[in-house]
Amino acid sequence: MKRFLAFVKKEIQHIFRDTRTMLILFGIPIAQILIFGYVVKNDVKDVQIAVYDQSKDEYTRQLTNKLTSSGYFNLNRELKSMKNIDRIFKEGEVKLVVVYENNFSKKLHGENNAAVQLIADASDPNRANLITNYSAAIIRDFVKEEFNIDQLPFQINSEVRMLYNQNLASVFMFVPGTMALILMLVSAMMTSISIAREKELGTMENLLVSPLRPTQIVIGKVTPYVLLSIINAITILILGVFVFGLPIRGSLTLLMLESVLFITLSLSLGIFISTMSPNQQVAMFISLFALMLPTLLLSGFIFPIENMPRVLQWISVIMPPKYFIVILKNIMLKGTGLAFVWKETLILGAMTTVFIILSVKKFKLRLE
Amino acid sequence: MKAVEIHNIYKSYKEVKALSGINLQVKKGELFGLIGPDGAGKTSLIRILATLLYPDEGQASIFGWDTIDEFREIRKIAGYMPGRFSLYQDLSVEENLNFYASIFGTTIKENYHLIKDIYQQIEPFKKRLAGRLSGGMKQKLALSCALIHKPDILFLDEPTTGVDAVSRKEFWEILKSLEQVGITIIVSTPYMDEAELCDRVALMQQGRLLDVDTPANIIGKYDHDLYAVESKTLHRLIKDLRTFDKTTSAFPFGDTVHLATNETFRRQELDKFLSGKGHENITIKPIEPGIEDCFMNLMRRQNDQ
Amino acid sequence: MTNKNIIEVENLVKKFGKFTANDQLSFNVKKGEILGFLGANGAGKTTAIKILCGISAPTSGKVSVAGFDAVKHPERIKQNIGYMSQKFSLYDDLTISENFRFFGGIYGLSRKQIRQRTGELLQRLDLYDYRNRILRSLPLGWKQKLAFSVAIMHDPQVVFLDEPTSGVDPITRRQFWELIYEASEEGKTIFVTTHYMDEAEYCDTVSMMVAGQIRAFGKPRELKEEYDVASINNLFIKLARN
Repeated sequence: MKRFLAFVKKEIQHIFRDTRTMLILFGIPIAQILIFGYVVKNDVKDVQIAVYDQSKDEYTRQLTNKLTSSGYFNLNRELKSMKNIDRIFKEGEVKLVVVYENNFSKKLHGENNAAVQLIADASDPNRANLITNYSAAIIRDFVKEEFNIDQLPFQINSEVRMLYNQNLASVFMFVPGTMALILMLVSAMMTSISIAREKELGTMENLLVSPLRPTQIVIGKVTPYVLLSIINAITILILGVFVFGLPIRGSLTLLMLESVLFITLSLSLGIFISTMSPNQQVAMFISLFALMLPTLLLSGFIFPIENMPRVLQWISVIMPPKYFIVILKNIMLKGTGLAFVWKETLILGAMTTVFIILSVKKFKLRLE
Repeated sequence: MKAVEIHNIYKSYKEVKALSGINLQVKKGELFGLIGPDGAGKTSLIRILATLLYPDEGQASIFGWDTIDEFREIRKIAGYMPGRFSLYQDLSVEENLNFYASIFGTTIKENYHLIKDIYQQIEPFKKRLAGRLSGGMKQKLALSCALIHKPDILFLDEPTTGVDAVSRKEFWEILKSLEQVGITIIVSTPYMDEAELCDRVALMQQGRLLDVDTPANIIGKYDHDLYAVESKTLHRLIKDLRTFDKTTSAFPFGDTVHLATNETFRRQELDKFLSGKGHENITIKPIEPGIEDCFMNLMRRQNDQ
Repeated sequence: MTNKNIIEVENLVKKFGKFTANDQLSFNVKKGEILGFLGANGAGKTTAIKILCGISAPTSGKVSVAGFDAVKHPERIKQNIGYMSQKFSLYDDLTISENFRFFGGIYGLSRKQIRQRTGELLQRLDLYDYRNRILRSLPLGWKQKLAFSVAIMHDPQVVFLDEPTSGVDPITRRQFWELIYEASEEGKTIFVTTHYMDEAEYCDTVSMMVAGQIRAFGKPRELKEEYDVASINNLFIKLARN
């Protein structure tokens, strides 16, 4: 135990004495979250929209008015038919077309149900996602104000259609995604680099000739990073909640436990990478190309998995962040419990076990 | 029981043969030197003994423990100082020492008596980061760290390479005092003059042992007559001596040229030869060879084979 | 050796903050002279060499190398010196002649000059037949000799050698010194550092630095008489310990 504590102490001293490490550990997560936050908060402003109003009555005018007076949208033009939508989008200025159905007011009063269609240019999926969500929210607000009732019995069905990119995920996608990315970065990259550094500087020789067992060396090196990663996870959640109003609908405890599981998995991946890297550069390189890029590109963080070519879909199956993002989304946004994410949890758990076993096996007690 | 027993060890890295059939024994309490240039195989051999490397063939044991099967036992009783300075540069002197003490399950206090003489020299700088120490001080700290768990045997890989002459001298004085405490020491060095400070040495060259013996015996086995020749112009003197028909070899040593020969000749004969070449202030005196003369002699013989 | 000074240093001072690395260094080195630049670790040798090579600027003092002022024309100095250290050597994954071609190119030699110098230098080392061998597979001693040849390829007036023989076997070490002698006879000035004190005795002049200052400067034989010591090694210990 004393040996272990000495090890942890030493590791913490390394971390706190190296400004570069500190920057990666704490600077990048905060910066990244805030950059995403900035993009999200300011992107929807003066978006050009077109309206195809087939009924031209009291409500549709009010609704259009409300959309354009919100500050988010500017009315670019009125359309006379559905035909030209494709051409308008291709011109590039208009990002959203709002289509009201015939006899809107009448239907709303008569059947308590009227339809408005939101057609977005989803060639930039995240933006399209935001735009439709903002406009849909404005429409919901309108119903609420106008009838002072939530939805029922009066209802405007806003039907969202994404052109060019049919299956978009949720707007809050990026927070779980960033969280997965950052935990991966901090846990895997930092541990792999810190172990590789011992090899590179030759200090690993000194550790190897001591009676320490490989598990002791590995656990000693990894523990500080577990703690730091947990702190990071909490920071990201706090920023997510307070800066973007991200909901946490499910159990916070479960969320933290799942995060710890993912952190452990990332750390074991980091150790595994370090067993293959003779120096920091290689460790960094492998971390970036084997973990970061796939996390960004293949986990469904930025590009929806459903739209990927089949081969990439198969590869995404072995991407740990994919499952973590699903878990996070479920717990945070849908408020579901373990009953809905046990499969993903099990997969993450299995991956963790495999990598821990592999890295302890591969951890060499000798030099090359 | 011998402190170290090495049987027929081979080791190669891809196409490079680092060790080719090494057999060696080191007695308990000996200060044993592995002497040879870079590429002789010193580091590989020390790493195999320190249980850091598997040999390709052969077997080695430390106090009877096998370096492969019983490496854990060896790691408890061995101290090791790698060739490259490999302490944590971003930790202070004291933090480094504390860390190494604790991973061996001991404390500085417990074994302070063992490192006292060395550590006192660097103790005034104990708050300084190890990376900021001078070369000589780094070596002393590294040695302190290797000694802190009171090892029975110490492996030192080129502790004096790149260290200036004064620090080297101090370092060897420390090694001598550790020998007094009864610690077996295996030390490697490329500096031939350090061989004479060891009890016994192995002269190594290209993965083979040229000879293993006490320095005195190695010198005793030297089989040429050796002369130290001096004149005003050293460089021309070497060249001219090589053209002398009774010369076996002529190499500069300090401000003289060591001339080795198998044939007896009268000094006047050489004096006349050199004067004829225009040399002035010629002195020729027979001398005892040093380890370096022996090494070069053995090396040439190995190359001839 | 002629009487023309190739290196002139006058009251050279280099400070890093409060720390004085070089304290009032003054010395001259003549054309063709071999200067052994000795000193303990941390005595300020490396700092001085960097200034002489035009890599680092002195805090004060006058330094001229090969007729050029180290403060005003460091780039002219770089054209006229060769440099070799134990750390900086040739590219391991290139062949001998590729290395020569590359470094010759750096110093602006023409193709013809490169071919001619490569041939000359390799023949002198007796390594011409190995010119297409990848460097990695060659013994350390050969590499050091090749690195030296590359350093003098552009026919510099001064060659700086920083521990060129570190770790080299005793025979090759001496062969290396024969290369140094030859270069010196061609009129090149040699500035060399070493931890082998016997090598100090091969130099025309030795300089002994202790704590940023030059404590002794002169011919090895005269210094030994002056300080009444048997070898430069003993002189070193005597000076550095006090």
